[in-house]
Amino acid sequence: MIRSEILRDIAPILRDQLVVCNIGLPSQELHMIDDQPTNFYMLGTMGLSSSIGLGLALSQPKTVISIDGDGSVLTNLGTLPTIANNVADNYILMIIDNGSYGSTGDQPTYAGMKTKLEKVAEACGCENVVVCQDVDTGKTLQAALDSKKMTVIVVKCDSGNIKLPVITMDPVVIRDRFMKAVAS
Amino acid sequence: MSIDKKIVDDLVANDVSFITTVPCKQLAGVIDEVEARPEIFHIPSNKEDEGMGLCAGAWMGGKRPCIIMQNTAIGVTINTLATLTQYYRMPLPMLISYRGELREPVACQVEMAVHTKALLNQLNIPTYHFHKESDADEFDAILKYTFMCNKPVAILTDASFWGGYGDQ
Repeated sequence: MIRSEILRDIAPILRDQLVVCNIGLPSQELHMIDDQPTNFYMLGTMGLSSSIGLGLALSQPKTVISIDGDGSVLTNLGTLPTIANNVADNYILMIIDNGSYGSTGDQPTYAGMKTKLEKVAEACGCENVVVCQDVDTGKTLQAALDSKKMTVIVVKCDSGNIKLPVITMDPVVIRDRFMKAVAS
Repeated sequence: MSIDKKIVDDLVANDVSFITTVPCKQLAGVIDEVEARPEIFHIPSNKEDEGMGLCAGAWMGGKRPCIIMQNTAIGVTINTLATLTQYYRMPLPMLISYRGELREPVACQVEMAVHTKALLNQLNIPTYHFHKESDADEFDAILKYTFMCNKPVAILTDASFWGGYGDQ
């Protein structure tokens, strides 16, 4: 499966949660598949989905899922020690690991070579690190939600993209409706 | 009252309750004070752009954030300031150690000091420079201004403000 197929698969689970979605194609795909006020779409700032999600989870009680990519986690690798040492049991980091920089033309990442992000996360001190295959993403994510424990999920999948439009919604509108959904 | 305590008192009085820090020797006392206050959740970050991501999330979660960092971080965070904090219109007080000014012992610090105000100016970031201890009298008003206008705001604090750079 490619990332867009996974997002389509898990959209019914994501719909009821606060979601911080990674820059580029992941946000565009989620926006097209199931736009929700509970989705925060990143229009720029590669690498910070996990950090924004953690800050949000630490500041209010609702569950937060950060959807990240292997390339974006590599960009902000310092996020993993911060996550490990500031446990928020309402926080799930889901890294869709397709071994490539999807939004920029599928150039290979080091995560698709020797580097194993699940081992990096464990070495950083993250306590619940789960690796799953693309077809098992839904049940793995649901199990993490049910566990009520901070979890890092590394989803192994194929690289590949679909054609779709950019998000034209104004960033302040995205942010404002998201904040209202957080507060509701 | 120590200047460290006064600064953190102003943060608490303005309901700032989520603070991320990347250390600097000049800021050590403030960071200790932040860590000691039960009203504040202190989360050290490994890099300043990461810290700004944490602050963005905290603000959307209903907490008032602040980042405490060195001016070298302006070089690290321009993209984040432009495409996250400013683009989504979020408030962020940035208490910044202004290294490379008078009484600076480390020559390399001057190399970023000469760019600091120009970069902040280019980014249209409201910037205040604390040089004398009495300049901190405005800190309370600067915090109110930041959360009024939903912008990142820089407070540069130089070595003279802190009474010299340690014992070097």
